[in-house]
Amino acid sequence: MSTLTTADRPVGVGAAKPVRRPLLRGERGRLASVGLHGLLTVAAFVAAFPVAWILYISLGSGKDDYLHPGRILSRMTLSNYGFVVNHTGFGTWMLNSLIVGLGTMAVGVLISASAGYAVSRMRFPGHRPLMYTFLLTQMFPVSVLMVPLYKIMASLGLLDTYQGLILVYCSTAVPYSAWLLKGYFDTIPVEIDEAGRIDGLSPFGTFWRLIVPLAKPGLSVAAFYTFLTAWGEVAFASHFMLSADKYTLSVGLQTYISQYNSQWNYMAASAVLIAIPAGVVFYLVQKHLVAGLTAGGTKG
Amino acid sequence: MTVAVQGRARKERRDREPRAGLIARLRRSYDQHWYAWVMCTPVVVVLAVLVGYPLVQGVILTFTNANSLNVGRTIGVNHIPDSYTWVGFQNYVDLLTGPDNQLVPHFVWTIVWTVVCVVLTVGTGLGLAVLMNRKMRGRAVYRMLLILPWAVPTFVTVFSWRLLLSDGGAVDGLLGALHLPQPSWLSDPLAMKVAAILVNTWVGFPFMMLSFLGGLQSIPSELYEAAEMDGATPWQRFTQVTLPGLRPVSSTVTLLGIIWTFNQFNVIYLLFGSNGTDSVQILVTYAYQLFFGQMPQDYAGSAAVGVICLSLLVVFTGFYRRWMSRNEAAA
Repeated sequence: MSTLTTADRPVGVGAAKPVRRPLLRGERGRLASVGLHGLLTVAAFVAAFPVAWILYISLGSGKDDYLHPGRILSRMTLSNYGFVVNHTGFGTWMLNSLIVGLGTMAVGVLISASAGYAVSRMRFPGHRPLMYTFLLTQMFPVSVLMVPLYKIMASLGLLDTYQGLILVYCSTAVPYSAWLLKGYFDTIPVEIDEAGRIDGLSPFGTFWRLIVPLAKPGLSVAAFYTFLTAWGEVAFASHFMLSADKYTLSVGLQTYISQYNSQWNYMAASAVLIAIPAGVVFYLVQKHLVAGLTAGGTKG
Repeated sequence: MTVAVQGRARKERRDREPRAGLIARLRRSYDQHWYAWVMCTPVVVVLAVLVGYPLVQGVILTFTNANSLNVGRTIGVNHIPDSYTWVGFQNYVDLLTGPDNQLVPHFVWTIVWTVVCVVLTVGTGLGLAVLMNRKMRGRAVYRMLLILPWAVPTFVTVFSWRLLLSDGGAVDGLLGALHLPQPSWLSDPLAMKVAAILVNTWVGFPFMMLSFLGGLQSIPSELYEAAEMDGATPWQRFTQVTLPGLRPVSSTVTLLGIIWTFNQFNVIYLLFGSNGTDSVQILVTYAYQLFFGQMPQDYAGSAAVGVICLSLLVVFTGFYRRWMSRNEAAA
């Protein structure tokens, strides 16, 4: 991202010189600087506080510690984590979530990229309705689809399987990803495709060998989005995964509430553990986020 | 790319040539576009099977009295067939005029919820994007922290907010220290609504901020220089250069924001649980309550609420897109 900003913003040369002179474009007075950093610090604090708070609460051993946060400071412990990992189905649920999340990511990105590329590059009959369908599928409330989907899954024998859940998540994540990727492919010059075709590549070859490597920022944002969709989803997971050893984390977490009678300290510890993989995926893609999202936004 | 070129040429040719027969036209179309179609097939199949077909089924369900007692299911080896009957528009009539007349209050709250949330998320996102879009120290750190609400799964963050907002929790502690009233965020009807809106804004602004940030970076700096030469004040530069330059981004993300907020299930459901007071339920969570929150589960009524939601959004999107394109034509 730094490349983008430095390119379009003239920088005051020698800004550090003590000599007083009128401000150049793109420079700020001291007061403006303080104000800017002040506002952003407040915003960043508000944004990060709940996440930090849950991390802090998870270190307290008593189940009412969240009401008396001061107590935690003097006796921090990792015992909640130990309990969650060793005495609950947490490991299994985590594994299930990872399988479903990564599966959705792989399948979702692959099929949305190919559709996005086709819509971006080829004027074929049906590409307009297809784009509109993508938008339309964003609007479906869970409750219309739930019963029929349940029946379809049952009749295909996909209930209580990873594949079933992956497919269901793809149906919600793919339309937006395709939309996003279509926008990103639009920003890649068509000349590259033409060069590839002249060198004898098939349309698939052009897509796979030339465009996919160039579209990495867009693809990683789509990957992030599909992974998060699957990782955090609650409604479908809690009704399509029937046996306890197939629960994903979001479902498993809810069993704490009944099973351990609102033991918030365990909840907090598992919430932190859940946030970690999402955070890792996020960290891997974050430098592409702005570029990836913009393309989708402007060209959508 | 040749494919696209052929596509363009075809249009011109069509004026001169007499129209070929249907089969011939289909074949020619197939020859030209099969690559595109093959690439779209997986998406189309997935959407057709998992969205299109269930949607049709769901709409059909709304004309029946299906509930969890009469829908066919398989228990072990025994298969129990469907036994629900056709009731026509009864579900819709019940929803609109029925004894507990639930739909209208939920509808009003859903609209308020959507408008307030979208205004807040778009406003916050735009404001922070403008602040972030300049050279400064610690930019990367700010950005990491500001995107955090988006990076952490919703049920984790919402759970964290439940701890913060619970009676005697951190938010009340802070308000108490400032000698402000401490409403019970998770049980008082009005406070619940405020809490839901605040949490949803908190969850939703990073996406807006990042999108706007990208949009800002695509506005050529020459425009700002020209505006400055003409003596525009910073505010004028913002309204005359920044806002129009952001229009392609803002129109898309606002529409998405409206759709997502309207259908926002996780925040309300997870913040208040299924036993939360009725008044804070938006249409989507209300439909879910009809579905899972009672016995027998009212599949048909729930699907009917869903169909109403969907049709509202479709109509709205139609108007919105027409309005946007007219604006663009005028600009």
